[in-house]
Amino acid sequence: MLLIDCPYCGPRAEIEFAYGGEAHIVRPAADVSEAEWEAFLYLRDNTKGVLAERWRHSHGCGRFFNALRDTRTDRFLAFYEIGTPRPETGEAA
Amino acid sequence: MVEIAEGCTLDSLPPMIRLVLQGRAAALDAAAGALGLDAVPPLLRAASGAGGQALRLGPFELMILPALGSRAGLDAALAALPHSLVDVSDRHVGFVLEGARAADILAGLCPLDFAPSSFPVGMVTRTLLDKAGAAIWRTGAQTFHIEVWRSFAPYVEAQLREVGRGISFSLLSV
Repeated sequence: MLLIDCPYCGPRAEIEFAYGGEAHIVRPAADVSEAEWEAFLYLRDNTKGVLAERWRHSHGCGRFFNALRDTRTDRFLAFYEIGTPRPETGEAA
Repeated sequence: MVEIAEGCTLDSLPPMIRLVLQGRAAALDAAAGALGLDAVPPLLRAASGAGGQALRLGPFELMILPALGSRAGLDAALAALPHSLVDVSDRHVGFVLEGARAADILAGLCPLDFAPSSFPVGMVTRTLLDKAGAAIWRTGAQTFHIEVWRSFAPYVEAQLREVGRGISFSLLSV
């Protein structure tokens, strides 16, 4: 069980949350090529290490937020609001 | 009034009006004003005013339990602001769990800490009761108001009774 620190509600159990995939993926403009659109929809980094990812507090405040998690250890490094830049952690991404 | 554990009762609330307001700070402020509150309650806190009660479930969300006849004032206060105000009265069923063991019974279904220091009187939050989503509001030191979706209500009630039975059994002196 992960303990996830919602920026609005504080630390809560993992069962209250829904995973939202990789964060900071920018939607391209409407006139992109099919290859770029495919990359936006489907291609992800599958990071081994520190990953910025989205979570939704679906059984709580209902808000999306971002988290930095090390995919090797499941340790969370930071929690931050949607729309704010990825914090520096000093660890290799 | 049904006793589900020694000194602990579970009651269904009669039908009541519940509104969910989603909006930015200006809309929440206007609603708080219409309900007779000084300010929007802080996150995860409830407040009562002449026009009803406001439960702050999220940064941009209030659940409002309006007093009879205060809906019109609310609509008027919000008319000029972007917002969403939805009547969810029929979606919800309310319970009141009261007694010395009420916090222990909730703790049997939910990983939250219900100690008065971390879940004080006036705190409200959505969470899970076993597998069903629920809003839990501490209205008194030993009193909790529980809101669940209608179709989950028999399940939640059965789970609360089951935990109550386990607690009663553990209290028996052998």
